[in-house]
Parts: sequence; structure tokens; C-alpha cells
Amino acid sequence: MVLLEINGQSRQLEVPNDMPLLWAIRDVAQLTGTKFGCGMALCGACTVHLDNEPVRACVTPVSAAVGKKITTVEAVGEDKVGQAVQRAWLELGVAQCGYCQAGQIMSATALLRATPNPTDEEIDEAMSGNICRCGTYPRIRAAIKLVAKGGTK
Amino acid sequence: MSQELMMDLPDINRRRLLKGVGIATGLALTIGINDLVRAAVAEPAKKYGGDAMPGGLKEDVLVFVSIGSDGIVNIVAHRSEMGQGVRTSLPLVIADEMEADWARVRVVQAEANEAKYGNQNTDGSRSMRHHFEPMRRIGATARMMLETAAAAKWGVPRNEVRARNHQVVHQPSGKTLGYGELAVAAAKFPVPVRDNLKLKSAAEFRYIGKQNTRNVDGQKIVTGTTHYGIDTQLKGMLHAVIARPPVLGGKVKSFDASAALKVPGVLKVLELKSSSLLPPLFHPLGGIAVLASNTWAAIKGREALKIVWDHGANAVYDSQTYRKILEAAARKPAKVVRNHGDAAGVLARDGKKFVAEYYQPHIAHGTMEPPAATAQIVNGKCEAWACVQDPQAALDAVAAHLGFKPVNVRVNVTLLGGGFGRKSKPDYVVEAALLSQAMKGKPVKVTWTREDDLHHDYFHTVSLEHMECALDAKGMPTAWLHRTTAPTIASTFVANAKGGAPFELGMGAVNIPFNIPHMRVESPEVQAHTRIGWFRSVSNIPHAFAVQSFVAELAHNAKRDHRDYLLELLGPARKVNPDSIEDGWNYGESPQRYPLDVGRMRHVVELVTSKAGWGRKLPKGHGLGLAFCYSFVTYIAAVVEVVVGEDGEISIPRVDIAVDCGPQVNPDRIRSQAEGACIMGASLTLTGEISFKNGAAQQSNFHEYQVLRIDEAPREIHVHMVEHALDVPLGGVGEPVTPTIAPAICNAIFAATGKRIRTLPIRDQLKA
Repeated sequence: MVLLEINGQSRQLEVPNDMPLLWAIRDVAQLTGTKFGCGMALCGACTVHLDNEPVRACVTPVSAAVGKKITTVEAVGEDKVGQAVQRAWLELGVAQCGYCQAGQIMSATALLRATPNPTDEEIDEAMSGNICRCGTYPRIRAAIKLVAKGGTK
Repeated sequence: MSQELMMDLPDINRRRLLKGVGIATGLALTIGINDLVRAAVAEPAKKYGGDAMPGGLKEDVLVFVSIGSDGIVNIVAHRSEMGQGVRTSLPLVIADEMEADWARVRVVQAEANEAKYGNQNTDGSRSMRHHFEPMRRIGATARMMLETAAAAKWGVPRNEVRARNHQVVHQPSGKTLGYGELAVAAAKFPVPVRDNLKLKSAAEFRYIGKQNTRNVDGQKIVTGTTHYGIDTQLKGMLHAVIARPPVLGGKVKSFDASAALKVPGVLKVLELKSSSLLPPLFHPLGGIAVLASNTWAAIKGREALKIVWDHGANAVYDSQTYRKILEAAARKPAKVVRNHGDAAGVLARDGKKFVAEYYQPHIAHGTMEPPAATAQIVNGKCEAWACVQDPQAALDAVAAHLGFKPVNVRVNVTLLGGGFGRKSKPDYVVEAALLSQAMKGKPVKVTWTREDDLHHDYFHTVSLEHMECALDAKGMPTAWLHRTTAPTIASTFVANAKGGAPFELGMGAVNIPFNIPHMRVESPEVQAHTRIGWFRSVSNIPHAFAVQSFVAELAHNAKRDHRDYLLELLGPARKVNPDSIEDGWNYGESPQRYPLDVGRMRHVVELVTSKAGWGRKLPKGHGLGLAFCYSFVTYIAAVVEVVVGEDGEISIPRVDIAVDCGPQVNPDRIRSQAEGACIMGASLTLTGEISFKNGAAQQSNFHEYQVLRIDEAPREIHVHMVEHALDVPLGGVGEPVTPTIAPAICNAIFAATGKRIRTLPIRDQLKA
């Protein structure tokens, strides 16, 4: 039994300590917005925030999340930056299939919180762990810049 | 393409038969003219486009549209959404024609049922191309029924009322009735016959061709509340992963599940019978399934399995060896699939020949959502939830494997986290259904891990394209020989099929409309050793890589500008009847409606080179490369700018793409498809490779099968659309851009460095 705080709610989950946070969130807490893509921290689809820091949930054991605030894409919009990111994503039509976008949005939100006006190099650095097979990268970059300029409607 | 393919295969035989008759005149004379006339009349007209697809086109307004008393208009999306925007774009066409307000439209996803909805097989870049006109007619029908109902309610002449933005207006009085108020009455009026339908003019469109459309899934995507195939949660559901035979045709010799069963959460281990028989079709590969209370336990359980495999005959498959097999086959005369003039004779006689070979390895689709499906069986009926491009094929395959009547199977279509052709093949849905059956009907979700996805894909084919030209004194080709050598997709459907199928050869090998007197294309036969499938733009990819690179090489050889040389090869603007070119396969479209329009080909080349500043002065290490492609009846040309660093590092600051896909329905989604296909094309060019050793795919995850990331992707992609009125038929959108990117990049690299790439992927070839 592990006690986790997910999106502001305390959740008692019956999972072993070494279960990756991803599967605890998806299969046990049944929040499916966080995606499985690789299981090896190679693609970023599973990105969540632990105390506002982006982590790959597929390689983070639940034991490492105990006592920390877990935020998933379902709740990132409660944060001002997260909400601005979601709006920019909609405004520029970033998503295609949308599957990786939860992870992209979590990474972008973390970037913009730490670095409100990132350079292209900082965007590359923060976002290159997130694969998008549909190829939405140019629009992801543009959407991050739109948030940076405070330009979302 | 699966079902279309099924139909194409007998078609090959029919064509052969007709050709086999050879000089038919004698036969015709003995039959007599009257008999021939009668036979010609009796023979049903050949069907094209959506009419020729399984399930055809259905235009029943009562199936596609329903209106609630609250005024919400429900529109059915019968095609699968995988990022191309079809759940928005097709209902949008109905909404526009019926004067519905998009903000008050709800989209309902159809389950698998082609008898009801018409063809649902979402591949071949066909959704808008085939369904635009039916959707318009459905929308117009709904609008006219609403108008009729309003006129009757008011007791006024029909011609005094007009539907406008979700209500009907009585024009003389200004009275209005909302669609919600009219719905019940409208449904009671007879459906107008097709000939009486009045479609909107393009000037009246409010959504078609405009930029103002909300994507129906956008909000849910950014808040993580959509439902993909991998997201299904059912009460009491078991989570399964499967250890499949590493080699196609292999099977389990023996296994020991004792350690797996000790993993906490693992509930059951069972064998799925291997289908070692060819052809592979959509059969599951078999193997050992681990069922658990969560996905993680199932994965851990699978790691603990001890399995001895019988790898079978395909264990010989080795990519290094196989390349030599392809090369040997490509260097010998083979089956002729196009022959105009006497290319073989000219090439044999002429001293001056230009020869080049281009190789591309297998690639995997690598959809970000790996294959996943859930199924349960209740009271003898199976219900599945799955991310499938071809819902009816999934339903049929599940029914066949369970031994159920199709009527007792329901397949619910979720969103697809990427498709690219992989999710046309529903083997994973069958796995879920078989496991549910083995578990007495309990709900079972099968999740493929990334390793499963890369090891057991229906791979894009490996290919070796052998090109030869005889040249005149000016360096222009007088004879052209293309030997396109690759294991065929047909081998997935017909045991041991070899040689290019018409739909493969017709993707940019036989139907190159170059102005060359002697043209010959040959198709050597080589054996497939893995499941070959279709990947976004299919055979256009290797063909365009070879043809467009080769032309650039010829231009350089002739000391000519590539663009000018290419335009001269294309020759004057003209419309070529695809039927006049050997096989005539033209994406299943009518040769009259969809001629090969050389004028449009020339135009995209001219447009893209002008927009990209072709010929502009570039800094050292920069180069521009050009390629064009006719793919899925759409005309594409691309110019790529590359920078090659001192260390051989490649970056792509800019790509320009000209797209002529006929009239545009959802322009922003066309642009996004062009951008995405461009990046996918750059991915396969720079890093895409699946190689085989001892019969098994060698790459297991994204560290070994590398796809482009944001820092490596083209920095700017400019899409230039060619505008058309509605008198031009629609072309495909999802696939056509992909093939132009590899040759354009390689041509740009040559311009930048003088190094010619003939083997994909490029990886570190410039670093040597």
C-alpha cells in the first residue's frame, strides 16, 4: 500500500514500491491522460510533474513519488502557465493524433515556469526528450513562443 | 489498403488473362460483332473511387445525422481519427452543407459496420477524396428536409424558406424555427432524391476551405481526457502482454511459466497458438500470454518466462545477406512491367550508360501509441474497443478467429495514437478477443510494448532500385530502365507472393511520365521473410528516392541545373491517361477524372522552387535539393535546405513544400499533414532502419530505432498550397509528402558537399 498525492488528492494505492509511477497512475488510479510510449524514458509520453519538476513516470518508482505532489495532464490546467500552454496548443492546432501531447504539454509547462522566455536552444534542451511521431515539432516550438510572448487569447 | 488489395489480387489474374489472349482479333472475329456489342453492354461499368471500395459509399442521411430537441446536431464520423483530422473534417462537410452551426455539432464515432456506413478503411489517403461528395449530399439532404418541414409548419411555399446557421428563416416575414424544433417533423418527410439535391456553391461555404474550425478532439487532447485504444478500462479487466515468436513463422517449442506465475499480480499464463502457416494475413503471431491485474505485472511476468522457440524457416533472414540477394536480382533482366519503345535494345547498343542503385532498409511505423486492444465476451457476443484504421477488417478477423458470426462481434473505434498504416492490420484486436475467449469472456486488454511494436510490425519493405539510362550528346536520357526490387506487400496476403503488385508498381515506378522515347520498368521476384505492410506513401518512398535522386545525378552529369533538367524531362504540360501506361493502376481512380496531369507536376516544381529561392547564393556547407512526386493522386514538390557541418553533422533549417491536392476542405489540417509527413520523411532519411539478424528484428526501442526529435527536425516548414475550384477532383493528403523528402535531402547534401547518398538512412555516412 502506497499513499500518493495525485492532482491534489490523496490516493491509497495497492501497488508494490517498485512499480513505475506510470502504471500506478494509469492502471490503478485510472487516470489515463498520462501515456505509455517506451518504458525506458526515451520518448517522454509519460511526463508528469513531481513537485513541479518534470519526470518520466515510466522509470520513476512510486516510492520516489511518496510525499511529493504529483501533477498529471488532467490537472496541469489548474496552473496559470499550464493553462496558457493548453490554450496555445489549441490556438495553433499543435496536436495531430494527440497521443504524445500530454507529455509535450507537461514538458513545455515545466520549461515555461522555469524559463518564461526560452531561446530556441532552451526549447531544444527541454523538449528533445519528447518524441512526436506525427511531427508537430514546428508548432510545438511556435506554441511555446506564443506563451512566452503572452499572446494566447 | 487491405481490402482493396484483396480485390486487386484477382484483378492481376484477370489482366494477365486478357493480355494472355494476346492478338485477340482472330477470336473477336469468330465471336462476331453482335456478340461483342452485347457483351460490352452486359458488362457492368468498371467502378472507381469510393464506389469500388468494399462497402462502397452510403449516403443515408438518417444514418449520419440526428438532431436533438435541444438543437444539438449529431454527425457520425465513420472513418478513424489518427491525427489527420478526419473526425473534424468529414462532419464539417455535412455541417456546412446543412447550415449547422459548428459550435452546436457533436461528432459521434461509428462502430465497425460497413453495411451501414459504407467503407471505413481509413488508409490510402482516401477519406476526403472519396467521401467529400457523399458528405455534401448528406448535408444538403438534411438541409432540404429541415426547410421542407419549416415550410409545412408555417404553411408557406417551399421557396420562401431558407436554412441559415442552425435555423430555418421564412424570408418574407423573418420568422425562424431552430433545428431542434424542426427535427422530429423533418425526419417524417421523404428523403429527397439525389437528382433533386441542391448543393451550396463554393461562395456559400462557411467552413469548407476556411481556417475557422475547432478540432472536435482538441480540448480533450490538451486535458488528457480522450480515449485511445490503450486507455480502455473495464471492470474486472485483465491486462495482458504477449511473448511472440521472434521470427515470422516461428512457434513455441516449450515453455516454463513457474517464475512468471510468482510475480505479484500475475494471474494466468497461457499459450496462444502460433499461426505458422503462410500467408500472415491479420493472424496473431501466437506465443505466450501473461495476464495480470495491471500492465506492469504482466510485463514483469513476461520477463520471467522461459521459452524455447522453434524459429522456423525465416531464421535465415539477415539484412546484410539480403541486400546482396536484392542486388543480384536487380542486376538481371526480370519480368517487364512497362515497356514503351526498346529501352533494352538501346541500352545494350549504346556505349554511354549511366547506372545507379539506391537502397532503403525496412522501417517501422513506430506509432506513439503502440498497438493495443480490449475485448470481452458476454452471452456469446464479443465486444472490442480498439485503435483501428480498418474497423470492418478487425471485426471480420475477430469473428473468424473466435468462430463467431460477424453479427455477434462489435468493434468500437477509439482514437488512434498514430496509424501510418500499421493500425490497418488488426492482429492485436484478434489477440485480445482470443484471450478473452480463453478467460471465459472476461475483459482483457492487450498492450504491445515498444519492443513488441518494433519487433513485430508489418514493416515497410526493404528495397533496391536499379536505374540505368542511355544518354544523348546533351546528357538527356534516350532510354530508361528501372528495376524495382523489393519483397511485396502481396506476400502478407498470398503465400510466397513475389514481384511488385500493380498497386506498388503504380506508385511512381511504371507511371513516371518522363518524356523519354524508350521506357522500361522491370520487377524482379524476391522472397519476403517478414510481414510486409504499407507505410505512409508505401512504394512511392523507395521509388521517389531512386527516381528523384537519379534525375539529379543525371542533371549533374549533364552539367545542368536540376530544376531545368527535371522540367525538360517532364516535357510539355499535357494530360496522360494512366490506362495508356501499361498496367494503368491509378490509386483506384477513374482515368478520366484523374489523368496524370504533367502541367500540375510542372506547376508544383515551378512553385516550390520559386518560393524556396532556388538558385539563391548560399553560405558554405549549405545546399538546396529538389524532388517531386505524384502520390495518391496528389502532386507534391519539395525543396530542402541542408547544412552539413565540418564534422558531417546534418541540419535542416528550411523546407518548402508545394501541395496540389485539388480543392482544400480543411486547409490547416492539410498543412499539418504536410509538415508531419515532411518530418516523418526526414526521419526515415536520417535514421530510419530496422535490420534483421537470424530472422529477428534487431531494434528494440527508440534508442536503437531513432526517430527525429525537436532539435533535429527541420526548423521551418513552409507549405505552399495550389488553389483549385471544385471542378477539380480531390487528391490524397495524409501520405503524399513523405516520399519527396529523402531525395530532396540527398540532393541538397550533394549540392552542399558533392557527396551522393544512395543508401538510406544517412546516419553517419558524411562523418567518414
